[in-house]
This record gives sequence, C-alpha cells and structure tokens, in this order.
Amino acid sequence: MSERALDDTGFDLAGAAVEAAIAAGATYADARLVRRRSERIAARNGELETVATDEEIGIGVRALVGSSWGFAATSELTDAAAGRAGAEATATAKASALVPGPRIELADVEVRQDTYRTPHREDPLAVPLAEKVELVTGVTRTMLEVDGVTVTTAQLMFWDTEKWFVSSQGHRIAQHLVESGCGMDATAVGAHETQRRSYPQSFGHVETGGYEVIRRFDLPAHALPIAEEAVQLLTAADCPTGQMDLILESSQLALQIHESVGHAIELDRILGWEAAFAGTSFLELDQLGSLRYGSELMNITADATIPGALATFGYDDEGTPAQQVDIVREGTWVGVLSGRDSAHLAGLPPGGMVRADGPSRLPMVRMTNVGLLPGEGSLEDIVADTRHGVLMATNRSWSIDDRRLNFQFGCEVGWEIVDGRRARMVKNPTYTGITPTFWGSLDRLAGEDEWMPWGVPNCGKGQPMQVGHTGHPAAPGLFKDVRIGVKG
Amino acid sequence: MTTIQEQLQDIADGVVTSVAAVAPDAEANVSVTRTRHGLTRFANSFVHQHVGEDTRTVHLTLAVDGRTATASTTDTDREALRALVERTLTSAQVQPVDPTWPSATPAVEVTGSGNLDPATADAAPGDRARLVADFVDEGPGLRAAGFVDTATTEVAFASTAGQRISGASTRATLDGIHQTGSSAGSAHATSFRLGALDAAAAGARAADIARRSERAVDIDPGAYPVVLMPEAVATLLTFLAVYGFNGKAHREGASFAELGQQQFDEAVTITADPTDPRAIGLPFDAEGSPRTRYHLVEDGVTANLAHDRRTAAAVGATTTGDALPGGEGFGAIPGTVVLRPGTSTPEQMIASVERGLLVTQFHYCRVLDPKSQVVTGLTRNGTFLIEDGEVTGAVGNLRFTQSFLAALAAGQVTAIGGDDRFASGEFGDGMVIAPSLQLASWNFTGGAKG
Repeated sequence: MSERALDDTGFDLAGAAVEAAIAAGATYADARLVRRRSERIAARNGELETVATDEEIGIGVRALVGSSWGFAATSELTDAAAGRAGAEATATAKASALVPGPRIELADVEVRQDTYRTPHREDPLAVPLAEKVELVTGVTRTMLEVDGVTVTTAQLMFWDTEKWFVSSQGHRIAQHLVESGCGMDATAVGAHETQRRSYPQSFGHVETGGYEVIRRFDLPAHALPIAEEAVQLLTAADCPTGQMDLILESSQLALQIHESVGHAIELDRILGWEAAFAGTSFLELDQLGSLRYGSELMNITADATIPGALATFGYDDEGTPAQQVDIVREGTWVGVLSGRDSAHLAGLPPGGMVRADGPSRLPMVRMTNVGLLPGEGSLEDIVADTRHGVLMATNRSWSIDDRRLNFQFGCEVGWEIVDGRRARMVKNPTYTGITPTFWGSLDRLAGEDEWMPWGVPNCGKGQPMQVGHTGHPAAPGLFKDVRIGVKG
Repeated sequence: MTTIQEQLQDIADGVVTSVAAVAPDAEANVSVTRTRHGLTRFANSFVHQHVGEDTRTVHLTLAVDGRTATASTTDTDREALRALVERTLTSAQVQPVDPTWPSATPAVEVTGSGNLDPATADAAPGDRARLVADFVDEGPGLRAAGFVDTATTEVAFASTAGQRISGASTRATLDGIHQTGSSAGSAHATSFRLGALDAAAAGARAADIARRSERAVDIDPGAYPVVLMPEAVATLLTFLAVYGFNGKAHREGASFAELGQQQFDEAVTITADPTDPRAIGLPFDAEGSPRTRYHLVEDGVTANLAHDRRTAAAVGATTTGDALPGGEGFGAIPGTVVLRPGTSTPEQMIASVERGLLVTQFHYCRVLDPKSQVVTGLTRNGTFLIEDGEVTGAVGNLRFTQSFLAALAAGQVTAIGGDDRFASGEFGDGMVIAPSLQLASWNFTGGAKG
C-alpha cells in the first residue's frame, strides 16, 4: 500500500475495525492503524555489520466485554480484514467469560480529534545511508586503533511511526513520531575478564527528534577516550567493598529510576495484572499520599511533554493527551502510571500512559518520561565534598526482584573518591540496596546544567513481550551509606 | 504441504525472482513467516486480557558484489514487495563490502518439516480459557495469575542459490502462579500440543508451593548446597547457551568456552537437539540451513559451539543451523538445549542434604561478566530450607551472585534428576529441556528485603 493511499484511508480502516467490534457486541472498542518504519545501521571492528530497514504495518483492535479486553491484529489492510479483526477481538473478549471477574470500566477522558507531529529538523531516514555507514564504521575503526581493544561496535537507530487512532467514543487522532538514537562501545579482553566502555550510555541513547540528535552526540569526538578507558579497566583495581558514599552519573541514575521507581509505580503492577511475569510492586494504593519513598530531595514526575525526551508524544494509545503527573513530591509517593481502565479501578484520573509496541500488541501501562527534577551545583561539586566513596558510571548489569524492592546494579567504570578527588579508577563496580532505604539516602543532586533526559529503548514488559521506549531525566546524585562492591 | 505454506513459498519465490529481474548478479535469502498467536492472560483469578494476532513478515537479505543489506515488511502485496526489493538493493549498493557475507544459502536437504499439531494451530480462545479455569480452580481462596498461549509458525524460505524449504510448527505454553497474601508458587508446562498441557496438575502444584511458602523466614546469606527445580536449571542452561556457546562471542574472546577442555563436572552433557521428539520449532534456521544435533558439552568436556553461516565461515567450521533472524550482530544460539537427565529425584536429592536450599525458580538474572559467567539474580515463587534431609520450611527470596560455570564445575554436581521437561528460563519458552539438579554450593549474597 502506498504512503499516499494510507494517508487517505488510515482512519477509515481503523473505523471499520471499531464498527465491527461494536456490532459484534463490545461495549467499547478502539483501533490503531500503525505504520512503523525503522532503520538500524551497525558496525563492528571497522566493518559494516548491519543495514536493516524494516517496515511494519497493521491494524490492532481492542474490544471490551465485561471483565476482559479482547484484542486482534492483522497485517492485511482491507476493509474486510479490518472488520474481521474487529469481530474477532469481540469474540475473544467474550470467550473470557469462562473465567469472569469484575466488570472493567473506563475513566472519562475528553474525546479529541487532533494531530501531533514530533518536532524535528532533519528526517533521519532521508539522510544518505553512506553518511551513516561512514559514521559507524569510522568510529569503530578509531576505537580499534587503541592497543588492547579487541571488539568495537557502533549503531544508529531510527523509528518513524505513523498512527491513526479511532475509538467508539469518537476519538480520531493521527500522530507522526520520529525517534533517533546512537551508541558505541569498546571492549578490551583480558585473560579472564572483559571490560567495556560505552557512549553515550550502554545500549545506546534515543530521543524524539531527527538526525540532529546524532550530530549533537558527536560520536567521533568520544571514540578514543572510551576505548582508552576500556583498556585501563583491565589493570584497574577492584572496586572497594563496604558501606560508603555512592555517586551516580546521570545515565546510571536514570536506569535506577527506571527499575526502582518507574516499574514500581505502574498501576497495572500494583493491581496485580502483571503478577505472574513481570511481578507486582511493593507499593500499595492505600499508601498513596503518605508513603515515604525517599529523601526530601526526591521529586519525580512522569512527563510526556518534555521536548526531545524519548517518551514524548501527543496522545497515548487510548487517545488520552500527554501530560505531566507528579509521582514523588519531596520524598512522598503521590502518583502512579495509569490507563483508563486501571485509573477507574483505583479512582484516579487517567495519566495518558498506555502504549503498545506496534500494531500487533495490546496497549498497556508504560512509563513516559519518569525522571528526577534537578538539584543544584555540579557533579564536580559533589565529588569535591565527598570524603570517601565511589563514583560509578554507565550501566553494565541490572537486576531487581519481582516487587521492585531489592536491586543490584553493576556499572562499567568507577572511580574511588578520597578526600574530594578521584583517587583511582576501579573496575567491576556494583552496588545493592532496598528501594525506599536507598532513595532515603539521596543526599545531593546536581543542577539543571547536568540534567539529561536519557532514553531507554529496550524496556521489556507484558505477554507477549513488548519492547517499550521510555525516558528518564536525571542529573548526577549522591547517596549516603550504600553497600558497594558485591562479589560472587 | 498446506495451502498456506504454498502461498508463503510463492511469496518467497516471487521475491527471489524480483531480485533476479532487477539485479541478475545479486544474491538473496528470503524468508516469509506467518505467525498466528493466541494468548489468554489471567490475573486476580480471572481472564483480563485475551489477544490474537495473525501477521505475515517477509525478510530479505541481499548481497551485491559482497555488499549486503537486510530489510523486512509486513505488507505482502505486490507493490510493497517490489518496494522491499528496491530499497534493499539501494541500501546494499552504497555499502562497503561485507567481509563476513558467506554467500546465499545453497540447496541443502532438510529432513522433516517441524512438529505441527493441527489442534493447537486451530485452538480457539475458549480452548485456552478452559485451561485457565482448570488452573484457577485448583487454588480456591488463592489469587491466580499467568497465561495460556498457542503459537503457530509457518515459514517458507528461498534463496538465489537454490535453497527452497518450508515448514510449520506449533507451541503451547501454560505458565501460572497462585498467590496467598504473602507468598506465591509457580508451575509451567510447554509442548507442541495444547492437549498435552495438564492445567489442573499445574494449578495444584502452584497452589501447593504457595501455601507451603506462606510463613517464610529470612535466613542469612552465604554459600548453601542447593536443589534446583527444572525452571532454575533452565536459567543456567539459557545463560550458558546465549553467552558461552555462541560461536561469535567465542571468536571475539567474550566466551568462557574452551573447546576440548574439562570445564564442567563429568556428569554434565548438554546437547543441542532439534531431533528430540519433544522439540519445538522448525527443522531449519533463519538462513534456511538444516538444524543439527550436536553436543555442547560431553561428559564435562566443552565440545562444540553454535554457528550460523557467517560465524562458521569465519573459523572454518560448518553451520550448526542455529542462525537467528537479524542475528548478524549477536551470532547463533543453540536451539532445543537438553541437559542429559540422571536417575535421581528431587526427593532423593533433598534427603541427601544436611543444610541447604530448594529453589523453584530464578528471577531477573543478569550477567556481570560473560567470560566468567558471573550472574546475579533472585529466587522466586518458592524457596525452601532443607535441614537433615527434609524440607523444614519456606525462606524469603534471596539474591545470589554466582558464576554459573563454577557452579557446574568438576565435583560440584551432586545429582541430576530424571524429571527432564521443557522449562522456562529467562529468555522464552520451548528452548530448554531441563531436569532438577543438585549442586554442592550456591552463593547467596543477600535477602530480597535487605
């Protein structure tokens, strides 16, 4: 189907699916026609490894009957196929009546007809492939020039997503989202270990925006420094062990937020809807407004309106407008991530946080840009004021229990801080803690100049597994008396 | 061959023909996949999400003068497929030469067409919901959550070098927990036949574990002998397979594997075995090469690595038929990993432990270092203290930091069960067949509560 034809018929096909679902007996239905084009260009050791251009197009229709959602997806773009998917969604929901529960209701939202487009200057898919290939092969060649580095990789990733959303309540919303990201790493292999350094962060960093994002991160300027650090790590001292001060650079703090706050505040987890797979949450709804999540420095919002952040959009996949929601205010838990069904059950306003991974997946509660508001000063100020501790940067491993309470993180690199100075580089730095205790030890946060809306492009959740794109603004922070240096 | 497979083969052949028409010297591998997937999720003891998907995806890998590009689309109409060929060709033509391109897949005989159960392929939402009801009914007063799913994969492959093959397979999985106010117990079953899943038995197992876990006490971290149930063992095998027996990781020095060396206890034999009658999946991989049976570890000696055609060509080996879609970056992962069962039972293992732990399942495991296979994670859904040969009570979930390689080293494997079955590791269902396992030591580094 040509792009032009799709522009003309996106709403019509989604509408046909919704009409069929309602005609089959659904009390509510919505449908998304989604066309997602992606491009991934990867290089390894100076050679091109992958140029992949993928296109996914299809209709996903959601029908509500009693206590269950039914969902059907098809990649066949005809009125007849859309209608079949709508009817199938309703029939599937009806089959759930064999194991019924309380009736699902939806929180009210304003019915909108609107469009939204990601602001961007340079269409990433229009930038010549040769230029992109030269960038990733060039930086991997540069990193490989450093003695001791044996594996180097770099990648660019782009998504161009068009959505047409129609609901039985009258929504008609078209969106065009553009996301661009990059990453590179150098690995040095020793006799019994590997050490890696990445830039801008491990697994790459993604924002909403065009190719200007890639130019801003200037991979060539950072290639040699990270490669040299990877080699230095092979002969670095082991991370000290014990209870001490921990300073996290902003991308690691972003992942800390993702795992120990972002997932814990998902209302579907709190309500037990994800109990079997992803798990539940240590949070209980009757604690909302009173539970002490962290120190008074801890102010967290979920904000889908931050320019350039990865989870910034116009409307979520239920047609609810993007918005900013307070999650933790001066250390007290005050908000959740929700959709229309979970919000109604909890008696809360819907937060516009339901999204799906493409047309073939059922929309579910997803983090938007869940991040920390900045503090004051700089990372160097924090280091200068620290008597003994470890500064850790760039995530290497992450693990947290099924209630989002006990976590252990490993970073690529650390520096032992002694009397306000980086005394030495340390390798294999790890730290562990319990969520509210850890956040209660938050003692300093750097200011707005070092506040960065990190993007995480690989958040797994749901069954079938969906990969979500989330944002986590953060500035470097200091945590007191943390258990550091856990070993196997 | 079914009508659908003929349609998919026609599409694959048509893309190969289109490539030849616009670029006679180009090489191409084409796969066309139809995925029918139905999944019934339940939580708080009722079905809350119920989904179905029917999609077709065309993957094209194309090489012109050794310059390669890949592309895919879910739009299979004639115009879209012509656009797919054109954009892949355009991409390839502007690339530097790809030194690891091994040529299009040649014609190679593939035996069989996959384990396909028609009843599973045609399962209706109500069929899955009835299994959910059976599971839930075994836990009166408990809260149940989980899923039942059925998946049918039909694939046709064609290459410009003459390979032409199709097949179909089914998979059915039940995975669920029962929960009390303070505990949970899990059960899992996977087969290529939905009819082979005993949801009532699974529900009873999960409910029993949940009830026995209700009054868990916290214990001090430290090194304990362990009895691991098949789900926990599957996690070990999955990590070894993904990070260690991966031919690409080995070539780059990031794998622990040393071929021909005694790296494991001699009781350990691990086989990649797509010929196991229980196996799920197709008899060929994403490159259209036949899947093969081979030992990864034989009597404790590291024997072979998984290869696709790229990594095999680089080291002068032969593909093992384990190529993944889009796997140029990650390399090959062995399919249907089987740990050779022993003759013991969990009860016999427990009886031989003076003081140790019985672990149902691991959760959220992550590699700290792939070369030493040091992994951290937690226990979940039933962890029990063993004292003087008996299970004496439940303990709270524990965090571990443990080298999986060291855990399976010479002298560390005390017993292997005869109860092997498909078990769910961290990365998907239907990948690992594992028995229960008794190990001399496992390093727990903290309680889940601190």
